[in-house]
Amino acid sequence: MVVLARRIDREADLAPGMELAVRTVSHHFELHGEDLPVLEEVDFRVTPGEFVALLGPSGCGKSTLLRLVAGLEPPRAGELLADGAPIAGPDPSRVVVFQDPTLYPWLTVWDNVALGLEARGLLKTHRGRVDEALRLVGLSGFDKALPQQLSGGMAQRVALARALVNDPRLLILDEPLGKLDSMTRLAMQSELVRLWHTAGYTALLVTHDVEEALFLATRVIVFSERPARIKADVTVDRPYPRHRGDPRLVELRRHLLELLGLAATW
Amino acid sequence: MSVASTRSEVRPAVLFEALSLWPGVLAAGVAWEATAALTLLWPDLEEWVHTGTLAVLQAVLGAAFIVAAVAGPYLGGAVARLRPAAPWLIALAGLAALWQALTAKLMWLPLPFFAPPQALLEAYIDDWARLIDCTVNSVGLLVTGYLVGAFTGFLVGVALGWSRTAAYWGHPVLRLIGPMPATAWLPVAFFAFPSSWSASVFLIALASGTPVAVLTWSGVSAVNSAYYDIARTLGANQRFLVRKVAIPAAMPHVFVGLFMGLCSSFAVLVVAEMLGVKSGLGWYLQWAQGWAAYANMYAALVVMALVCSGLVLLLFLARDRLLAWQKGLVRW
Repeated sequence: MVVLARRIDREADLAPGMELAVRTVSHHFELHGEDLPVLEEVDFRVTPGEFVALLGPSGCGKSTLLRLVAGLEPPRAGELLADGAPIAGPDPSRVVVFQDPTLYPWLTVWDNVALGLEARGLLKTHRGRVDEALRLVGLSGFDKALPQQLSGGMAQRVALARALVNDPRLLILDEPLGKLDSMTRLAMQSELVRLWHTAGYTALLVTHDVEEALFLATRVIVFSERPARIKADVTVDRPYPRHRGDPRLVELRRHLLELLGLAATW
Repeated sequence: MSVASTRSEVRPAVLFEALSLWPGVLAAGVAWEATAALTLLWPDLEEWVHTGTLAVLQAVLGAAFIVAAVAGPYLGGAVARLRPAAPWLIALAGLAALWQALTAKLMWLPLPFFAPPQALLEAYIDDWARLIDCTVNSVGLLVTGYLVGAFTGFLVGVALGWSRTAAYWGHPVLRLIGPMPATAWLPVAFFAFPSSWSASVFLIALASGTPVAVLTWSGVSAVNSAYYDIARTLGANQRFLVRKVAIPAAMPHVFVGLFMGLCSSFAVLVVAEMLGVKSGLGWYLQWAQGWAAYANMYAALVVMALVCSGLVLLLFLARDRLLAWQKGLVRW
């Protein structure tokens, strides 16, 4: 009885995490009529509720992989499965937060966050969700602000709220903190962990910040230079909340930097 | 040293402040009273019926400024807008006096080509009914043509920017016809359409629609593709993307097109009215010139200037409201 009640409650409030399978996916870019390989036989699985960080050198094709997972582009070869079903296009259960907050400048903060519900015709019945999402990212009271009146960190929080309002089962984060100043960045990292913990979605994060990957993720997948191949798949076996000075994380950090060919900087 | 000199400069302003007067507006009032006196007291070389009326109007205007200068500080509100305008008001009083002197008083500028201001006043007093009729007809024709053109241009622009098929078929047509001045269609339009009025609506619509179409199109094509990506992952369908992403994002471009279209519609309106339509300000200009009624012509020109700049002002007000998000001045 108790279990059943919890399940219903969970379905009403939170979407559980999505299972993601990336099966020998390869992808190319067309550049001046030539094929430029960006992904080469990338193959991994993400179990529901995991927080997986994709780590690799800049421009190696990680973001391309996210576009494929989001369904914005089809892969050239291989397949991507969400809960066992092939990803055929974008879906509100898989929401992306980009490096640039890309808020719609002509909409207020509230309307920006409400966009997903509006697009799906759910706004009338779920208005409260918008306020809730804004509260979750600590922006209650900024409903009527316009994006250009916000700082970079606040704008990124709005982008996060805009994603969370849809109850995504997979949150795709494409270097969401990449453009923030280092203090805001550290604060937002803790918030990402908190939000992921409360909502229970699966998270896929692209980053080239080793420390960020270790602070946030349950697993770090390391990619090679372009064309991206999986170099290593490292489990981060530490509980949350984590501490940046944790000796185990420091050890893993050295290991990851080694994999990235940056051991000399340690 | 410098402190002392600043103080002595500031002193008259302080005095006015203590008296609660607007010195600039007061000066404008005095200037208009002086112009009124010049109009009334300096005899005309030729007989003009309304010299006295003009002087009274100028005196009333001057008196209004003086009252505003005295009472304004207590009234505030819209009257306060007179303050920054004071230098212009003074300059206009000077221009009115100069115009008066060069025409009616000294007749250095030849009649009838250069009419004195009282002649314009006479034209308004004697012919106001016809002028109003012409203005109403002109505005009616312009607004009809402009709305048809702007709406069609907007739809065409969105289609061209959104659909590849529409762009494939529409682009060459727009490229061929777009740069051509709409007035070139005039002879064709006047026999192809049942009335000269509908022909003029078509020409004005063409003139205003083309820039709107081109700018809307470029606006829609220039939309940051990340806006679409985000909306698509949030569950937006094509219809939603057009209505809620493409069009609002393109609005700054659209307004440039609307402005350009409005300006070219004025040109087409005047030409169409001069050549075919039997009423309207363009027709009035032509008619007045035909009768050598130059004062009436100037009177119509003034009305036309006011109408055109008023319509542009309306467009800009609409833009400021709709595109308030572009500026940092929005209060919330």
